[in-house]
Amino acid sequence: MFDPLKPVSPGRRTALGILFFVVFFAAWGVVTYGGIVPPLFLADPVKAARAGIELFTKYNFIGDVGITIWRVVGGFLIAAVFAVPLGILMGAFKSIEAFFEPFISFARYLPASAFIPLLILWAGVGEAQKLSVIIIGSFFQIVLMVAVIVGGSRIDLVEASKTLGAKRAGIVLRVLLPGAAPQIAETLRLVLGWAWTYVIVAELIGAQSGIGHMIMDSQRLLDTGQMIFGIFVIGVIGLVSDFLFKQANARLYPWYFIK
Amino acid sequence: MSKLRIENVSRVFPGVRGGEPTRALEPTNLSVEDNDFITILGPSGCGKSTLLRIVAGLDQPTTGSVLLDGEAVRDPGPDRGMVFQSYTLFPWLTVRENICFGLREKNVPDKQQAEIAAHFINQVGLKGFENHFPKQLSGGMQQRTALARALANDPKIMLLDEPFGALDNQTRALMQELLLGIWEQHKKTVLFVTHDIDEAIFMANRVLVMTARPGKVKCDIAIDLPHPRHYTMKTTPEFAAYKARLTEEIRVEAIRSAQAEH
Repeated sequence: MFDPLKPVSPGRRTALGILFFVVFFAAWGVVTYGGIVPPLFLADPVKAARAGIELFTKYNFIGDVGITIWRVVGGFLIAAVFAVPLGILMGAFKSIEAFFEPFISFARYLPASAFIPLLILWAGVGEAQKLSVIIIGSFFQIVLMVAVIVGGSRIDLVEASKTLGAKRAGIVLRVLLPGAAPQIAETLRLVLGWAWTYVIVAELIGAQSGIGHMIMDSQRLLDTGQMIFGIFVIGVIGLVSDFLFKQANARLYPWYFIK
Repeated sequence: MSKLRIENVSRVFPGVRGGEPTRALEPTNLSVEDNDFITILGPSGCGKSTLLRIVAGLDQPTTGSVLLDGEAVRDPGPDRGMVFQSYTLFPWLTVRENICFGLREKNVPDKQQAEIAAHFINQVGLKGFENHFPKQLSGGMQQRTALARALANDPKIMLLDEPFGALDNQTRALMQELLLGIWEQHKKTVLFVTHDIDEAIFMANRVLVMTARPGKVKCDIAIDLPHPRHYTMKTTPEFAAYKARLTEEIRVEAIRSAQAEH
């Protein structure tokens, strides 16, 4: 059972995965129903579920979820549209990399959340500010990761393409790009996950809608059930988007997943 | 006029971190005639791959020049088809798409691409595998695809850098016959690098033996064996005589090369 790197059967994998959720909810039940943690600080599972139903039926929570998804996807797409081509150029051409890399490496460490007060000043508390937070948080990460992926392309494939008559544009578009595409998609999947943390932070401050805003509101009412449910929803959406991303990758890049 | 002229080509690699520069290739001259099948035989590290890479345009000579049909070679180009020892098929392209890669770069119409691909797929015996990805192929099949990919471009000269080096003995022997069959049919001009003596004799009409590093051409032996060649030729007395001679030539170099490492 504990042989290093030994594969586990699909059935067992699913069972083990589900088992953890069971353990998790059981532990949650024990600490809440057992009175170890007072209800003021942590709602029990049933109460959280009830709060969730209430959120959807009474407080139009689906609207909050929608607006938050829109912000994440919108900001993330804007960042990706600019970051991926720049990353590819940096990976392919070392002088472009030398020009941008130091600044972007620096900018990457600027925490997106620290920009929120400034962004409110510049862009108000509207959608532009929410999107900006996500763009700042995602753009530099994507650029650097894509540059590293493309820079690590197989030189022997580039040489082979040259002996087959490929010139600069052909090498970038038909060797470097398709070779790096699956890993770029993997990077985007990862960064999309991070974008979720940025959007919630952005919604905690100066927002009138969104999951983060709902969580903030619930805190004022000390409704831990609603807060927990909001966080839970974020997790579920993350799981679903991750799953969709993985499915799309497997379809788009079948060659990459051949063992 | 010769098809390919290598004039005074040498290569010195700069020293790493202030170390001594490496003289990989001493000034080398070679004339390759149309339809020549020349094998370049030498111990590992003798600069034979370096020479081939210079002809391909993937490396620049320190001195000298390479002329193909009288024109100087500077960059890699589709007029010199190359097959590498390592597997260099594009993993995201199917067998057919790999073979069409060079044609696509030349903007050959799709229909014509398909015809050319079908012809070479047939020729290298990959019918039924057109839509496989490289990862789904054995090493021998991958190298056959690489061969077809280079041939599809209809290059003036084929450069093969130990293309069968990573294959097992049986597959290697089959590949040799396959390549020889293609050469007998198309009469391509071929430069073939190898460290395998049998392979060097079996394939070539001329064998070039290179010295240990720094490499230079030690001797140039014409192989006067009839075509078409069959694998049984490897057991004939004529073949054995060539083998005895080349074994002696190469052994001296292998010993020198081994001593140089100590």
